[in-house]
Formats: sequence, structure tokens, C-alpha cells
Amino acid sequence: MTNAIKEDPRFLDEISSIPGGEKIRHCIQCGTCSASCPMVFKMNYSPRKIFAMAKAGMRNEVLSSNTIWYCVSCYSCHVRCPRGIKLTDIMYILKRLSIKYGLSTHGTASPALSSAFADIVNRYGRNHETELIMRLFMKTNPLNLLKMLPLGLKLIIKGRMPLFPHRIKKSGLEEIKAIINEANILGGEK
Amino acid sequence: MKSYSYFPGCSLKSSSTPYDISTRSVAELLDVKLEELEDWNCCGATSYMSVNELMSFAISARNLVLAEKVGKDLVTPCSACFAVLNKTEVYLKEHDDLKAKVDKCLDAANLSYGGGVRVRHLLDIFVNDVGYESIKSKVKKPLNGLKLAPYYGCQIVRPKNSFDHHESPTTLDELLGQLGADVVDYPYKVKCCGASLIIYDEKAALELVDKLLNCAVEKEADAIVTTCPLCHMNLDNYQTRINRTFGRNYKIPILYFTQVIGLAAGFTIKEMDIDKSITPVNGKFRRLFG
Repeated sequence: MTNAIKEDPRFLDEISSIPGGEKIRHCIQCGTCSASCPMVFKMNYSPRKIFAMAKAGMRNEVLSSNTIWYCVSCYSCHVRCPRGIKLTDIMYILKRLSIKYGLSTHGTASPALSSAFADIVNRYGRNHETELIMRLFMKTNPLNLLKMLPLGLKLIIKGRMPLFPHRIKKSGLEEIKAIINEANILGGEK
Repeated sequence: MKSYSYFPGCSLKSSSTPYDISTRSVAELLDVKLEELEDWNCCGATSYMSVNELMSFAISARNLVLAEKVGKDLVTPCSACFAVLNKTEVYLKEHDDLKAKVDKCLDAANLSYGGGVRVRHLLDIFVNDVGYESIKSKVKKPLNGLKLAPYYGCQIVRPKNSFDHHESPTTLDELLGQLGADVVDYPYKVKCCGASLIIYDEKAALELVDKLLNCAVEKEADAIVTTCPLCHMNLDNYQTRINRTFGRNYKIPILYFTQVIGLAAGFTIKEMDIDKSITPVNGKFRRLFG
């Protein structure tokens, strides 16, 4: 951490304004989250540090870190936090803020995966795993497609990698569309 | 006969069809009627929640609306669907502001949700509604001599609000024991497999899976038993890759708990669709179950 880091106290207010986010103020820096995290070995900053940085208003450092995108929603820290902070929910808040401020591109391909996933679900009403993987690899590293070929072929032969999506009924898709439109009007974060 | 609304989830319709097939066969055997929820949509999983909270809860809630109309408990064999749908129901109950917004979204689609649908994992139904004794009474080929590692993973027990303990669950252990298996004390039973991490950082996910497999092999388990399609995918599909990456020699079968009940009840390996796995079951299984 250098002197060049700008602190912005409004960042803590912004997190706190989202339901569940206000709990971040209760953090006592005990480190139970970092000790429970299976992904801490890949993170720029451990979960405990991310919380300290968020409370200190280090918006850019927190939102551009890979930490939030390496959270795989195992909820280990979430159920162990002695202050009852719902950490996984706060990681989701930070993920969404990082997309909102365009800071999600530095960490992992996880933001790309999440966006493609939401897009596919909006279109078909269900996930289409084959398309999801193809889209992600085309966007991030097309060579991965070659690497995946042997496993992909086995899955296709075993009938476990359908080439076409399962769609829900047209009436169901209309409902999904109406729900998404309304969520946008109500200030969905996207 | 007990009757439920059935939510297979997207994985069981594509990459994890053996879980769907074994679920339906075993449910029938146990007199559990599973009626697929008509026109269900994706629960949103962890990915959608990372993009937009309100949309994620609202599309998840559409499934609760459909289930409320039917009036039965909503059952899923997928731990991720279970966690998301259950969380949606719990959060709508606890957070009035969220409920008000989700209600508006549903209203835009001419839908409404009163609340109170019970979301349950299939394992919960089998052990608590059917009961160990009834399951045991169906056993034709006790799993004597088979060492099985019970692997729960994350989202079947966490966050809280589940039917079993979030740190040291026991229901799957008990179930496998009732089937006659030698249940391995498996300290990694609730550790994470990485789930979709395997798509965007394969090496990091393989490090997690390596630990899970290694522990089971050290405990001399004949197979690892899972309750989740994502856990199954990561543990089963990637053993060759892990062997190459970390210089290991894994070839340990990964079975869904439904497939294990099925084998004990006299179904064949083929009937339980076990040959669709990537890591083949070994000779011991072939000898016991054909």
C-alpha cells in the first residue's frame, strides 16, 4: 500500500446502504474469515484485509482486487463470523459494485462468466452449459477450447453435453422478460 | 404416497442426467412422488447474484410462485438450486423492502407470491420424510465391505437454514451406514470443490479437488458419494487432468447418493446410469452390482 491511495469515506456508506452491507461496520478484524477461506491462496488480499480496506474507504483497491471474484460462495466464513456478518452476501455486493464502476476486469474471468450466465438465462430461461463455456473461452482464451476437447468429446458421446439449449415456454420467457424490465425500472444495478 | 414438486435444475437436464435418472428411479422405489414443476426456470445460481441482486431474487422467486400454486414442498437434488431457492424464500420472509421490490417485479408478469413454500433438498426428503428404516427395508444387496466417503460439499448445508449441521453434518453418513457400507471418517466432507471456478481458473479449482480426492484415497475409500451435480462434475470429470497436473494416480469412482441407494436396492450399474461417469467404476463394483 502506497501513499498514492486515495481514501473515500463515501465507499463505506455506499456498501452500508445496500441491505446486509451495513454489517461490515461490525467487523472486529479477528481473521476467522481468512482462516476459513478455501481460496485465500489465490487472493490479492485476504477477506479480513479486504474488509479493513473497505472500511478505510479504499474503493478502487477493493473493487479491482481479484479477492472478491475468487469468492466461490462456499459460505464457510459466512456461517463462522463471530459478529454475524453475512460475508458471502457482502462479497456479492462488492462484485456488483466492481461491475458497476468498470473495475472488474483486473482479477479473473469470473465477471465475464457471470455476465454471460445471466445473459443466457434471460434468453432461454435456463442455463445452457455448452454455450456458457464456449462464450467464456472465446472471450478469454480460445486455446482453452482445444484443451477441453478430449473431455468435451467424452461428454458429448455420453450424452452429457447437449449442443442445443433447453428453453422454457414462450409464456414463461415473457414472464422472465417482464420481471427483468421491472427490476431495471426499480433500479437494478445493471 | 408422499408427493412433492420436483425442481431438477439446469445441470440435471444436461451434464448431470445420471443424477436425474437415478433420482426418479429411487424416488419411485421409495414411494416418493416427484412431479416436475411445470415450466420452471434457472434458479440464478451464484453467477446471476454477482451481476444483479434484484433480478436474481425475482427470477428465482418465479419458481416459488409456480410451486405455491401446486401447494407442495419444492424438492431439488441440486445443492446450488437448493441454496439459492431456499435463500430466496428466507430473505423474502425476513426483508420487507426486498419483498416489496420482488413483488413489483412479479406483478409486472402478472404473478404474485404469498410466501411460505418449503424448499428442500432430496437428501432431506429421503432421510427425514421416508426415513432410514424404510430405506433400509428396500436393501437387497447390502454394501458390506464397501468403504464410502460421504461428501456433502458447501451449499447443501450452508448458509444455515438447512436440515443438517453446517460444519459437521451426519445424515449422509447415517444413510450410507444403513445401506451396509463402511462409512469413512472424511474430514473434508464440507470443504469446497470450487464449483464453477473450474471454468475460469481450472488450476486453482484442481488444487481444491486434489485435496478432496487425496484425503479419500488416504482413507482407502472405494468411492466418494456426492449430493450435488457440481461437486460430481469437478471430482469425476477432472481426475485425468489432476493426475497430469500434479503427478497423481487417481481413479476413484464418484457416485451420487441416489445411485448408491439404487445399487443397494438391487438396481444395476447400467440402470443407475453410472457408466455415464468419466471415471469408470472399478472391478469391485462390477463384481458386486454387475
